[in-house]
Amino acid sequence: MELYSKTATDLAGMLRQKQCSAVEIANSVFDRMDAVEDRVKAYLTVEKESALAQAARVDEKLAAGEELPPLAGIPVAVKDNICTKGVRTTCASKILENFVPPYNATVVERLKEQDFVMTGKVNLDEFAMGGSCENSAFQKTANPHDLARVPGGSSGGSAAAVAAGEAILSLGSDTGGSIRQPSSFCGLVGLKPTYGAVSRYGLVAFASSLDQIGPLGRSVEDVAMLYRAICGRDPMDATSAALPQAAASWDLEGGVRGLRIGLPWEYFGEGVEEPVKAAVYRAVEELKKAGAEVKEISLGSADYAVSAYYIISSAEASSNLARFDGVKYGYRAPNCEGLTELYERTRSEGFGAEVKRRIMLGTFVLSSGYYDAYYKRAKRLRQRIMGEYEDAFADCDVVITPTAPSTAYKLGERVGDILKMYAGDICTVTVNIAGLPALSVPCGKDENNLPIGMQLIGPKFSEGRLFQTAHTWEKLCGGFNAIPTL
Amino acid sequence: MDYEMIVGLEVHAELKTKTKIYCGCKNEFGAEVNTNCCPICTGMPGTLPTLNEKVVEYAIKMGHATNCSINRICKQDRKNYFYPDLPKAYQISQFDIPLCEHGYLDCIVNENGDTKRIGITRIHIEEDAGKLIHDDSFAGSLVDFNRCGVPLIEIVSEPDIRSVVEAKAYLDTIKSILQYIDVSDCKMQEGSIRCDVNVSVHKPGEPFGTRVEMKNVNSFSGACRAIEYEANRQIEILEQGGEITQETRRWDDMKGCNFLLRSKEDAQDYRYFPEPDLLTIVVEQETVDRLKAELPELPNKKIKRYMEEYGLPHFDSNLLVENIATDRFFEQCIALGVCPPKAIANWLLGDVTRILHEKNIEITETSLTPEKLTDMIALITKGTISNTAGKTVLEEIIFSDKLPEDVVQEKGLAQVSDTSVLEEIAKSVLAANAKAVEDYKGGKTNVIGFLVGQCMRQSKGQGNPAVLKEIILKLIAAE
Repeated sequence: MELYSKTATDLAGMLRQKQCSAVEIANSVFDRMDAVEDRVKAYLTVEKESALAQAARVDEKLAAGEELPPLAGIPVAVKDNICTKGVRTTCASKILENFVPPYNATVVERLKEQDFVMTGKVNLDEFAMGGSCENSAFQKTANPHDLARVPGGSSGGSAAAVAAGEAILSLGSDTGGSIRQPSSFCGLVGLKPTYGAVSRYGLVAFASSLDQIGPLGRSVEDVAMLYRAICGRDPMDATSAALPQAAASWDLEGGVRGLRIGLPWEYFGEGVEEPVKAAVYRAVEELKKAGAEVKEISLGSADYAVSAYYIISSAEASSNLARFDGVKYGYRAPNCEGLTELYERTRSEGFGAEVKRRIMLGTFVLSSGYYDAYYKRAKRLRQRIMGEYEDAFADCDVVITPTAPSTAYKLGERVGDILKMYAGDICTVTVNIAGLPALSVPCGKDENNLPIGMQLIGPKFSEGRLFQTAHTWEKLCGGFNAIPTL
Repeated sequence: MDYEMIVGLEVHAELKTKTKIYCGCKNEFGAEVNTNCCPICTGMPGTLPTLNEKVVEYAIKMGHATNCSINRICKQDRKNYFYPDLPKAYQISQFDIPLCEHGYLDCIVNENGDTKRIGITRIHIEEDAGKLIHDDSFAGSLVDFNRCGVPLIEIVSEPDIRSVVEAKAYLDTIKSILQYIDVSDCKMQEGSIRCDVNVSVHKPGEPFGTRVEMKNVNSFSGACRAIEYEANRQIEILEQGGEITQETRRWDDMKGCNFLLRSKEDAQDYRYFPEPDLLTIVVEQETVDRLKAELPELPNKKIKRYMEEYGLPHFDSNLLVENIATDRFFEQCIALGVCPPKAIANWLLGDVTRILHEKNIEITETSLTPEKLTDMIALITKGTISNTAGKTVLEEIIFSDKLPEDVVQEKGLAQVSDTSVLEEIAKSVLAANAKAVEDYKGGKTNVIGFLVGQCMRQSKGQGNPAVLKEIILKLIAAE
């Protein structure tokens, strides 16, 4: 078994037992990249030189007998909307094509303290807006399980890189499902942490009240390890929270005996493909056999959640993306006459269609005369969704749903069908709206041998319990970690 | 052709916190271009604001000083608009729930100390924008981000102001309070305090006229000129049968006139919404109470007290209170109980202030103490030295450790009241000024002052002028 196909947990052990070196791990990953990247197209920027240098430093420290943090020497890919000092951060947008941040995001700083090895920056839907990675201004990333299909999005590059063995772990961001849905499409474990659990400082904002950075990996333990490294209060992010003790400690081997699982019937409706439903039900059945209690619950506002999500997220995006005006950094339209033309042409030429659509939608819903009818009502709905989850968690510990209504679809299949594209977020958006943690784990495959994902949702700061439940399932199903042949 | 004007003012004051409102950059004026800035205040992608809590405290202080109620729980909002000096393309401000609201100020509007109550609608916190620099050597504009994120409070008045005099009184009161509670430098020339002006006119008894807003009013004297100009402009239009349209105009202080910036139809939609990057502001009641307890006596109340308690004229009271250091000195002098307030005020506002102005220093930078000054004044009141000699004493004691008594001794300044000595002097002066004596006899009695002055000069300032006057009158009568 090649080093690139191992889990971070295994590699960390091997490094400490001198069964391999960090440079060997990095080389294995970069060799794999050489072999498959031209077909997967996960990376926008590859940082091979600095990665190998960093791996060499880890080897020196190990040779010197230093005790290193868990992620030392582990190759991690970083979504290209997370700022990396001195390394181009494009958000897959023409408008930031040559933007080199003068600072590191807090998560990157924390991983650097752990001596991680950054392989490079990976593709996404432009400014994280989309669910297929097809909205990238630069390239279309393919799903390693079927190169004709999308990897999901917006963290499509993060998912494809790990699924293809071009990274061991990756960081993504999740505003409405952008970590979980690509994890589902690519057969990975992906966590959208509790809002405030991970610092957003350095994440180029899409929708500030919904965005969270989170880990993707090939096992629950790997994802838990990366999460532990990045979580916790950051004074640079006012919305970040000091984690309660329970949120930072967990026992993966704790099992599910007595765990109360809620299945909201609204998430198993006709919009969800049959094989997906069946796979999730089968997994839940296994958990029940392992000692969990299962009950059907109701989350009634699910029907309106997608509308509320697109109003709130677009409103915030219209403001967050206003700073890209050609004045300070990024793309500036050439030969402009005056300020208005500079703004209009820079933004018209710099942003892609989907981003422009959301900026216009967001501008509209915040406009005087429309604010009450749209933004204010969406905020009220947000309160209601939070309340419904609160009620649900009075009766159960974990809510389980499909992660996405379908498995990975074909590249180009849904381009232009905006509503169908937006409907794909139906299972994931309420989690962001309510600020809850949710984990997507593989739960089988469909008739095309495409991975299906199961979503585990918990109350705020219950990441530990989600890991524990998911790990139980991981053992029951014999493990997830399988890199497809490419 | 009688019109009444209705004026409302929005004052923006930069707070003198050490650091900016949402990042750790220094809040200082005059630094080299683009040196007091960082990824946060220049709006780099991915950066986030964190609130400087001092800003909240300073704003609450001003809220207390203007009798506002404090919203212990409030939020911050984004005001969205595009401009090159606004790097995030939104300003973090407060929209529907300001930190302070429903206050008022009693402003002294005349020499009698009569006050006019002007309502304060609200005070909210927000961030300042950068500065555009237009340089002829460069075909375009440059941006200096140093001022981005400098904390501001915006103080919005009710439309209670009815004249330029009231506007000036209100602005002066605001300014002196900001200085007294030590939250703003109020340096006009550095733009640390600016205002927007709203003006309408109507005939008494008729409904209020249409309001016109003026921007770019960068000094308080400019505000008064702007109000005067705008009221006259509106009256002229109305007199010619025209109508006032709701619009925003730009004041040009150099030209002394304003011109149209945008009409009502072009009014910007700022698309305010709650700032998702910042938490709700929650101020503990204890903090609100502590800030109230810490408030000093406010200048407008102090001026009234000086007038009523010490019998000082409004002019003197106002001048004293205007300079915090001098005023503190004044109060310390009063506390000693050695001499009357009016005498202290005269010396402080007269010779002491003159010397301070000459050297361009504050009273705290001299060696003068309240004890020394009042002792010196007491020497004059007792008749030990003349007023003129007092000036000499002051010059000596203000920059040295010498005591007034020592200077009097050292320089032989003690006043001469010995009539035999003074009579000799008076005789010689009268002899040398026969013309003046004639004039006096001819009815020009005011030449007596001149003659006393001449005697004083001969006595090197040591003659007691009252005694001298008596002697001169006696001698002339005896001629």
